[in-house]
Amino acid sequence: MSTPSSTSILPAPGSRFPNIAFKWAAGLAAAMIIVLIILVGWELYAGSRLSLSKFGAGFLWSSEWDPVAEKYGALPFIFGTLVSSLLALLIAVPLGVATALFLTELAPMRMRQPITMAIEMLAAVPSVIFGLWGIFVLIPWLRDHLFVWLKHTLGFLPLFQGPIYGVSMLAAGVIIAIMILPIVTSISREILRSVPNLQREAAYALGATRWEVLRIAVLSYARRGLFGAAILGLGRALGETMAVTMVIGNRPQISASLFAPGYTLASVIANEFTEATTDLYLSSLFELGLVLLAVTILVNIAAQIMLKGITGSVSSKVA
Amino acid sequence: MDASPYLPSPRFARWRRWKSGAITGILVACALAVIAPLFLVIYFLLVRGYSSLDWSFFTQLPKPTGEVGGGMANAIVGTLTLLAMATVVGVPFGVFGGIYLAEYGSDRANDWIRFAADVLNGVPSIVWGMVVYLILVVPFKTFSAYAGGVALGLMMVPLVMRTTEEVLVLVPQSYREAALALGIARWKVIMVIVVRTALKGIGTGVIVALARIAGETAPLLFTALGNNFWNHNLKEPISALPLQIFAYSISPYDDWHRQAWAGALVLMALILALNITVRVLSRDRQSTL
Repeated sequence: MSTPSSTSILPAPGSRFPNIAFKWAAGLAAAMIIVLIILVGWELYAGSRLSLSKFGAGFLWSSEWDPVAEKYGALPFIFGTLVSSLLALLIAVPLGVATALFLTELAPMRMRQPITMAIEMLAAVPSVIFGLWGIFVLIPWLRDHLFVWLKHTLGFLPLFQGPIYGVSMLAAGVIIAIMILPIVTSISREILRSVPNLQREAAYALGATRWEVLRIAVLSYARRGLFGAAILGLGRALGETMAVTMVIGNRPQISASLFAPGYTLASVIANEFTEATTDLYLSSLFELGLVLLAVTILVNIAAQIMLKGITGSVSSKVA
Repeated sequence: MDASPYLPSPRFARWRRWKSGAITGILVACALAVIAPLFLVIYFLLVRGYSSLDWSFFTQLPKPTGEVGGGMANAIVGTLTLLAMATVVGVPFGVFGGIYLAEYGSDRANDWIRFAADVLNGVPSIVWGMVVYLILVVPFKTFSAYAGGVALGLMMVPLVMRTTEEVLVLVPQSYREAALALGIARWKVIMVIVVRTALKGIGTGVIVALARIAGETAPLLFTALGNNFWNHNLKEPISALPLQIFAYSISPYDDWHRQAWAGALVLMALILALNITVRVLSRDRQSTL
């Protein structure tokens, strides 16, 4: 990576200073990245200090969120964030991996490029547009068709009981799934591409059918990387804000039913931050942000570690 | 029921072939299901957005609550202003950081910086809003266009840094050696030879980053805030298309819903235009992205 040092035998007097200054400027810009991470963590910590000292660790498992009574607990939001993200993963990971399989193993060459481009375009759609579409297109359809059908056929499960409003945990799961599909698909595709062809050829030579080749030679080989892709998708899902805020119903409650409205860490911050009237209220929102930041960073680091060596850079691959 | 290839009975072989065919069909269906949302979103944007677009949308300010008509002229200008400010904040840090990674950094330092950049990329955008709120809104006691621009700009830094590094590394080593052999100072070699050669790739990376942040709403909620009037002073709140779309789509008024669709269509067109620019720029150099 480093270039050979200057080879001029007699450097002009005073020529060293600009070189050093330039190197330092570049170094400082690069160090900015590290400074930014520390800054983000520190500022959120500073903002939540009041709430940290008032509630301590109990903040995390108190389920009461009542700004009027000055009672703040994070549990409904942690629950909402986890449930909506896991629902999204349940939908997006099988679909994403299947699409990646289709793109790397089955699709005719001339179809691969357009489909890949369509998936990249899906990644370019802003969250707020998904939210708008969610409110006026997706939710009415879910409410009148899919939810009714689910209640009818799977209504014996507590997951699919209770009144159907439309805005719900499940709607949030669906919209997040659509939003993380591009990253899950493109990372999975990258991983499947790295499976050596020898694997496939060996399996075919043993007389395996196409599915057997995929299962024995491709999927089992790529298992760890695909898991990493799922975790990376989880990292994105946890922090999704706008679209979720618009479809989840924004009610801080813990309900077994997926038809019930919920609330996530990111959405409560988006909704209540500018309305927070007291210092403690604002500080509690900062603490929610701190929880969100800690969880997403841990999840992202886990994904990086799992994907290390399989794909080069994760971030630069998904525009 | 493990597929054992040792003793193939014809029935078993048929079953295996059938299963393989069925799963192939399922994979095709999944691929269709993944791209279907894109077409559904685009379809509704075009149908509802286009019918809602009119001249006043581009020329007028929002009307007071509940009144019909008006437009998002200030939000369109606001979004462009914020993108320009984000570029001013994010590009210098991103490009210089990328220069460090490609030209100076030791492997070990680079690993850390790249890792940090990937982690930063995963920070939820709403968190950026909160951080910039504390840094720029609280001390100056007002929401401002500056705060919004900085929030978006900080999000650009890791993106621009990584793409800059990637294109700089592609510049042949012999260019640097030839220039250094002529006795040109290292910093001049980098700026005049290396960066110049990779300029198109760096520009492409910047546009990719702009396309990524153009639709961001969450970081603007507590920084730029939004504004129903023209912004004449960057120290005051400014409107942006995503903010306006959000506010209008959760409102109870039909006319605002109509305008939210129109705004979404304009925003999507802007983002698509940026993406198409990237494709045109990087057509002749596959390596860029």
